[in-house]
Parts: sequence; structure tokens; C-alpha cells
Amino acid sequence: MNYADVPLLDEIVFRAAVIGETAAGKRLAAYFAVPEEKKSGTRLIAVLAHDMNGTLEILACKVDVTFNALTPDCAQAHLFERVIAEDFGLTPAGHPWSKPVRFPAPENGAAPRPPIGVMDFFNVKGEGVHEVAVGPVHAGVIEPGHFRFQCHGEDVFNLEISLGYAHRGVEAALKGGPDRTTLPIMETAAGDTTIGHALAYCQCVEALGGCVPPIRAQALRAVALELERCANHTGDLGALAGDVGFLPTAAFCGRLRGDFLNLTALICGSRFGRGLVVPGGVGYDLDDALVNTLRGRLEKTKQDVVAAAELLFGTSSVQARFENTGTLRRADCLTLGLVGVAARACEVVRDVRQDFPAGHYRLAQVPVVTAESGDVFGRAFVRYRELQQSMAFIDMQLQALAQGPLTANIGALKANAMVVSLVEGWRGEICHVALTDANGKFGRYIVVDPSFHNWSGLALAMRGQAISDFPLCNKSFNLSYCGHDL
Amino acid sequence: MIKAFITRLRQGYKTIGFPRTAAAPPERFRGLPNVNNHACAGGDCAACIAVCPTKAVSLDKGLCIDLGACIFCGACAKACPQGAIRFTPNHVLSARARHDLLCGENSMPAVKALSKDMLRIFGRSLKLRQVSAGGCNACEADINVLGTIVYDLGRFGVQIVASPRHADGLLITGPVTKNMQVALLKTYEAVPDPKIVVAVGACAINGGPFVNCTQHLHGVTEILPVDLFIPGCPPHPLTILDGILRLLGKIK
Repeated sequence: MNYADVPLLDEIVFRAAVIGETAAGKRLAAYFAVPEEKKSGTRLIAVLAHDMNGTLEILACKVDVTFNALTPDCAQAHLFERVIAEDFGLTPAGHPWSKPVRFPAPENGAAPRPPIGVMDFFNVKGEGVHEVAVGPVHAGVIEPGHFRFQCHGEDVFNLEISLGYAHRGVEAALKGGPDRTTLPIMETAAGDTTIGHALAYCQCVEALGGCVPPIRAQALRAVALELERCANHTGDLGALAGDVGFLPTAAFCGRLRGDFLNLTALICGSRFGRGLVVPGGVGYDLDDALVNTLRGRLEKTKQDVVAAAELLFGTSSVQARFENTGTLRRADCLTLGLVGVAARACEVVRDVRQDFPAGHYRLAQVPVVTAESGDVFGRAFVRYRELQQSMAFIDMQLQALAQGPLTANIGALKANAMVVSLVEGWRGEICHVALTDANGKFGRYIVVDPSFHNWSGLALAMRGQAISDFPLCNKSFNLSYCGHDL
Repeated sequence: MIKAFITRLRQGYKTIGFPRTAAAPPERFRGLPNVNNHACAGGDCAACIAVCPTKAVSLDKGLCIDLGACIFCGACAKACPQGAIRFTPNHVLSARARHDLLCGENSMPAVKALSKDMLRIFGRSLKLRQVSAGGCNACEADINVLGTIVYDLGRFGVQIVASPRHADGLLITGPVTKNMQVALLKTYEAVPDPKIVVAVGACAINGGPFVNCTQHLHGVTEILPVDLFIPGCPPHPLTILDGILRLLGKIK
């Protein structure tokens, strides 16, 4: 849409609208600031998603240096408003938790800021209360982040998650694009979600450039996205098994995750799908022989994955550890606006593939899987069921691949426009927002990884839990640090 | 219990024979580039330079690809009208020195094993601490893969450990964000001497796909001495394993 068509409301009306709409069941998919031209204030833009209707609503208002925070009345806005404060020096008045998010190092002679890790962490005092600090360097081979627990004995009162260690400056580097560097940056915004983020980006430029990718390309994109889901869900099931000491499934799934990655590598040479999704279509094609190889190997992998998962879910000692651990209430999930597996495990029916279908998902559906329990078991079981759905979906699409070209041309990008692109990555909703300038270049590009919404869910799920269950709870969410930090 | 046994039997034996048997990367895998200077049209064309997202290609002294900067996207090979660049599926890419990663027409020098003294200490048991310094979780994931039954890193006496105090060296991924600089240096200091540093992936060597981002240090080379460079974005697990085994003199 044209940027000029975004309804510009009075701040009071904007505030009332966002608070009212989110209370009525809509969700903040993105909320960000755009500096106005000629330094006359800042525009706040909110993208509200209505999952039931499959509609997006975009609202804007103009504010000065200080504005009334939405957060006290709309918890979903809390991290968004912290980023707005951090990146643009605005003050969200009344924000109850106004702290840095990514701790960007000051540039171009900007005023010094406190270095990362220097912050007022939430603190509990009293007899027997102690604090545990973990990270940024963790014991495993994982990304960096800091966790601060307030505990009483084994029990966790509060977990504060402070990230920013993987902040590379992705959004700033996207300004002025797209160019030859843009796609590789998108592919590595969160490297385990290469297909998801590349697809969200491609949908943006295709919408701006008036391009509809050929149907064969769209089908291959969907296959790639579901392969990515399969690989990661399998890896997560194995890691969850490992965290409760159930080694057979941990060992099997570690290998099987790689088998899915190798299927992606068969298509494009890269286990993570680099170069597979490109603006206008896909970069690689399949011939009949390769389709047959893929289907054969998928079938074999499917048998092994199902056997490994059945062993996991059929073992009572595993179930005893999974059930009632890290339970998240459905109401809290809705208040925080969580997405993806974490939300569906709380019986929240929310899946971009169903609610906002794009590309191949308009033609072929993947049933949405939910669980009721909201605990580690729920999140593990949703993963297993989704894995089965995705494997069936991939096989079906490979059997009936439409013929035709792989790419379509993209015209010049529309100037002064705004586009929102949604993709259901394996973690959940990926939201990209692109704003173009008068030359059709990105004036601002916003990436919202599902982890950005869901880290608060992990913090809440840890309340009242034993601290020794943190690795298990953390793994059941398996969120991205770099996708959050950008 | 019986179910676990049956499932285990059905899963079969999955550890690969590498390095005893040849490695088999996927057919479309983009590994060591084959550079043909005679076919290259030189500075008049420069189509490869125009498309490279990480400034890895240069024509100053003949066609040359810096594998430290390269993310193996294959854009240069596609763009070259003369077909002077071809990515082969060869997974052997590591180097001991930064300048050894410049891949021109001459073949790259093979990785030399550690000195005799170092091999006496590390040759049969090498414990590494991994530090993700802002990586995108792809390098991290493919390092994790080395611990699975497929690669079974432990059979070579190599192990990823949880504490730098238990480690003989660091395995570093990511472009080293400014926010991770202090944590990385502290971890390095916590590793007892003598120690080695392995830079895994394009980010840790040169900044990788984030070469235009400003919140990082373009890799680890400016702040730590590096003993082994493993290129790739991310490197294939075979590439990582091959590099480490060559460093230990287990592949010659």
C-alpha cells in the first residue's frame, strides 16, 4: 500500500484503538517508529493482525519525544516500546520496564551508553533469596544471551532475560537496499530459519515490484519451508529427550535432523537452504530423478523419526518430566501475543499458513495442530504432530509439482510504499515490514522474528518452576537469540 | 525397554566411515572453487565482482576468491559469462593462515599439522570450548552435528566441553559482535596455556554476510591469534571435521 494511505490518527485515538483492538483479540504483529522527514517528530506504526478474519490493520500516529506508553494497558507492546525508546531516543512515559533491549554500541559520535550487561536487573530481597546469573557464554554450543534468576532454594520467583549479545546491526544495514547484500543478510538474520526469513523478504520485494512467482517456484518454496520445519522440530525432540536424560531418542533425532537438512542440501547444495528462495522464485529446480530420490529418502526418514518419537512419548519416565513442567496459561499466552508452537501448545489456534495464507499455501493446506496443556509436553507434542503433517505435505507436493518456469521478473519497486509480509516459520510467525523511499529503496526495514514475541513466554513459564528445569523449559521454546538481537 | 532395543536395531549403524572412506558431500554442494584464469576476461568484465555480496572476488592479480570472505552463494559462477569460476563439491577448505585462503589458479596449501610439541599435548585428546560471538546459529548447528552419531567426534579424541577451564582451545563462530567482545576475550583468558583458536565460518573469519553491518568486529582475526580457519557459510560438518583432523595430523 502507499505509505501516505496509512491512517494517521491522533495519539489518543491511536492508543485507544490499539489497546481496544488487542483486548478484543487482535495481536500486535509489529510496532515500530519511523522518523518523520525534516526532523518534525516521529511516527509510530502498529500492525495489528486478526487471526480469525485473516486481516491486517495498520495504524499510525505522530508523537514528540515523549509519548504515553501502550504497555501498561497492552502487554504485547512492551518489548516493541523498549526498542522504540532504544533506537530513537523516545520516552514511552509510564512504561513499567523501560530497559535496553539490544544495547547497540553508539555510532558516529553519539553519546555513550551503558555497555551490555550493565542494567538494573529485577531484584528480590529476603531471607533465603538468591540470584543466579547465566551467560552470555553458555555451557552448550548455543548462541549468547544472559539469564538472571531470582530464586528461593530451587524455586524460581522470576527470570529476567537480557539479550543483545548477537546484535550485528542487521536492520540498519538493510536501509538503502535491496542490493546484492540483502538476501544473504536475510538468510542469516536467524540462520536456522534461512528459508523462513528469505521467504518473508522475497514476498516483500515481490509485492513492491508487482511480481507473482511461478506456481512451480511457489510449490518448491513450500516444500523447503516444511523441510526446515521438519529438521528443526526433529532436532528439538531429540534435544528435549537429551535434557531429560532419555538418550535413545536424543541420539536418533540428532542424526535424523541432519537427514532432513541433507534433503534440503540435495535441492540446493546447502543444508540450510541458502540460495534456494530468491526474489521472484527459486534458485534451483528438481528433475524427476531428484524428486524420486527425495521422496524415497523422506519416506525412510519418516519411519525412523516416527519410531524415535513414539519411543519418546511412550516412555512414562519421559512423560513424568514433560508434563506439568513450564506450564504457560492460555490467558497469559494471549495477553503476551505469543506465536507459533508455544501459542498452539496453549490451545491458541494461530498459524500464518492457515490465517494469512500466501503463495502455495493458498492452494494446499497444512492442518493446524494444537495441544491443551501449555507445558513442555504440549510444546513437544505439537512439534511431533506438526512434523508428521509437514512430512505428509512435502510428499504430496512432490508428487504433484506443477511444471513451468522457476522465476518471474520483478519490476522497479514501488516508491513511498509500505508492505507487510508474514510467513509461518518453524518457530512461529515471521513478520517483515518494508517502507520504501521516493526512489523505491528501503527507507526502513523491520524484521520481527517469532522469538521477539516469545521470549517473554519463557520467562513467564519459568515462574514457580525449579531452576533445574530451566534447560528443559528453554529447549521446549527453543527461541532464537540472533533473530531477536538482529 | 524392549521397545528401545527394537527401535535401536531398526535405526541401524549410522556413523560414517570418514576419514577412512571418502567423504560424500551432496552433489550440488558448493565447495572449493575452481578458478580458470585463462578463461577470465579480467577487469573489462568484472561481472563477478559486481554480484559478490561480500567483496570476496578480486581481479588485481588475476582472478582470485578470498575463501575467508566467500559465503559460497555461487553468484560469481552464475554471473561469469566465460565460465571461469566453478564451485566443485570438494569439502576440503581449511587453512592455517589467513592469506592461504586466497584461492586463485594455484591450489591452496594443505593444512599443516600442529608442531610436534603441541601434538604431544593435544594429538590424542583435544577439548574445545565453543563460543558463539553473534553467529546466526547455522555454524553452531553444524558444529553440534559433529557430536551426533553420524560424525561421532569423540572417536578422534576431540570433545566440545562446557567450561573454558577444561578446554585446550576455542572454536569461535560469529562476526564477534561488539557486545560479545569482552565475553569472548574473558573466555579466551580462562583457557589455560598452551591453547589453540579455530575460527569457524565466514563470519568468524571476515564478518560473513554481515560484512556491511557496523556492530561487530569483522571476525576474530583482529583480537585473537587464529590457528585454523574453516571457511563456509556455514561450513559443511565434513569441512569442519576435516580441518580439525588435519590440524591434529590425523589426515595428511
